[in-house]
Amino acid sequence: MTLDSIPHDVPARISSVDRTDTHGLRLMEMGLVPGAPVRVIKAAPFGDPIQVCIHNYHLALRRTEARSIQVTIEP
Amino acid sequence: MSAALALPSIDRIVSDDATARPLTVIVAGNPNAGKTSLFNSLTGLRQKVANYPGVTVESKSGQWLLSTGLPAARLIDLPGLYSLDATSLDEQIASAALLDSSHTRADAIMVVVDATNLVRNLYLAMQLIETGRPIVIALTMFDLAQRRKLKIDVNKLSSGLGVPVVPVVAKKRIGLERLGAAVVASIEGGRPLYGGPSTLPREAPDAARRQSQLIRRYAQIERIVSDSVEAADASSPGLSERIDRFVTHKIFGPVILLLVMLLVFQAIFSWASLPMNLIDKVFSGLADLVRAHLAPGIFTDLLADGIIAGVGGVVAFLPQILLLFLFISLLEDSGYMARAAFLMDRLMRAVGLHGKAFVPLLSSFACAVPGIMATRTIENPKDRIATIMIAPFMSCSARLPVYTLIIAAFFSGRTLAGVVSLGAVIILSMYLLGIAVAIIIASILKRTLLKAPPPPFVMELPPYRLPNLSNVFHALLTRCTVFLKRAGTVILAISILLWALMAFPRAGGIQANDTAATQIENSFAGRAGRLIEPVIKPLGFDWKIGIGLISSFAARETIISTLSIVYNVGDKTDDKSASLVDTLRDAKRTDGSRIWTPLTGISLMIFFLLACQCMSTVAIVRRETNSWRWPLFMVGYMMVLAYVASLVTFQGGRLLGFS
Repeated sequence: MTLDSIPHDVPARISSVDRTDTHGLRLMEMGLVPGAPVRVIKAAPFGDPIQVCIHNYHLALRRTEARSIQVTIEP
Repeated sequence: MSAALALPSIDRIVSDDATARPLTVIVAGNPNAGKTSLFNSLTGLRQKVANYPGVTVESKSGQWLLSTGLPAARLIDLPGLYSLDATSLDEQIASAALLDSSHTRADAIMVVVDATNLVRNLYLAMQLIETGRPIVIALTMFDLAQRRKLKIDVNKLSSGLGVPVVPVVAKKRIGLERLGAAVVASIEGGRPLYGGPSTLPREAPDAARRQSQLIRRYAQIERIVSDSVEAADASSPGLSERIDRFVTHKIFGPVILLLVMLLVFQAIFSWASLPMNLIDKVFSGLADLVRAHLAPGIFTDLLADGIIAGVGGVVAFLPQILLLFLFISLLEDSGYMARAAFLMDRLMRAVGLHGKAFVPLLSSFACAVPGIMATRTIENPKDRIATIMIAPFMSCSARLPVYTLIIAAFFSGRTLAGVVSLGAVIILSMYLLGIAVAIIIASILKRTLLKAPPPPFVMELPPYRLPNLSNVFHALLTRCTVFLKRAGTVILAISILLWALMAFPRAGGIQANDTAATQIENSFAGRAGRLIEPVIKPLGFDWKIGIGLISSFAARETIISTLSIVYNVGDKTDDKSASLVDTLRDAKRTDGSRIWTPLTGISLMIFFLLACQCMSTVAIVRRETNSWRWPLFMVGYMMVLAYVASLVTFQGGRLLGFS
């Protein structure tokens, strides 16, 4: 599953980041690293971008970026 | 100087040579980490703003009285950055300064770390620690962390990271002395105090290596943080998330944004007019005073019409700039600005722009000058230039007097379908036409000159905070001095030049029977008006309008006073004066045909909407892009666009049988 497709307010964990270009590195620099717990809070009124909670802070990213982040939903 | 630099480095702290180079300390940190508050608390009003050579990014430096007995250190505030592997221009500059290994490099780096957002903030700190330079961590928002029941063991954190960590509360000036002592100690030591992680080579050749390095850093940070921080259970949503339930709600969000923008718009459009009129009165009073007490002549004219009017024109912008930046700093400091960008990003992206372009563009409806200054919040340089380039198409308040004059002359009292006033429809059409042109130009620019792969839209939504009033004050002070110094001087110079164009050559000396009209007709501007007449004739304009177009480069509304002079109705007429309106209606060419028709009026309005008839805009674009390239490009392409649009309107209108 990717970060743009999981339901809101469900705890998940990042399993991998599929992009190794500068976009991918940027996402990881902002803390979206494998193993980190993540939660999607909401989407903006027009459906994009989305707001996530990572390392206890809030981050907005576009769906195209979120699509490259693989997550698993925490049991 | 160079000889001194060639000497082996001597310890400047123990050196009692009073002329030794002052210590230089760089302040680095993530955006929103409280860097500016700390910088303001440490330096007070001893700050300077300068531009990095060749680029738009500003650098702030100030004097920090480190501790008694030492000369004040130079404190350099870098743009906020998340990592040394820079993506934006701001970050590239910050990163270059931090990785500088030349002899001018800083003596120590102070990393500002937000205690309430430790893990991500420590990523940059970790990268910097790996460089082996003297580092001190200033742990900001420490009071906020305590209130959130975060128990941070500062000693454990410090030994885990291998560098001194000093908790500070900038606003209450807590911990500032200890911070100074720690910086001095770290410079004396020259090395990380506790040994710390080993220095890694900076080059990470391939992406996969960089990725694994990144993961390793985060793992290390999480280990250190979990050892030194006891977090309270964070399962209940925080205050910010609860506020966001309204502020970025699907329906309430846009409504709140609309109300906020309405308030900002109201302030710069209408509240600012009060002090602006006052400034106008003071300066025109001053000019009258000069004329009354000095003998008439060139010097008096220069003083009254050139210098005083020019300075007045510059100062008149201050109320709008102050009000807009008051709102912008309040909105930024409180955390709302990021939400506005979050809400608007989808719409702005349709035009190829960033969500953050929304506020500057909206502000430009009042005046493009503060609007263009507000593009500073857009990090991506190409997005920022594209926003600057289209900002003048937003129909600003200076165009309104021109619109109202034309409507009073040719469209007053007419209605559409018996209810809607034709004038209102025309004004609304001008606003919409401006927006449409802006959208088209933005899409073209983003596909050609400013083509770039879309930068990742990854934006922090910082927690809501009460704005720090001293930060707001500092931001206002900086913006005003920067405007007066950089743009103000250009505006003053151009307005004196324009005055000279209309005042020289003198028509027959200073005889009293020379009217203002004959003076302006024989001036350089008058001659230029006649010279360009063949060019502007296809737009429906004669040479008198030509003079108006030239003079209105000072400010768009100037065309009204210029037309009053050339049509000899006295220069004290305003846009509502009947005499100018009547004169325009009756003005005839030598062949008896009317010069001004409704079609001429529409053509002139479109020209005013699209042409960059505003030296202040040119001056501020020069200042904000730090080169003449973009302002000249802007004047050029807007002029071509305005000419073509007016031509099509006038000639097309005539073909369709309008007059």
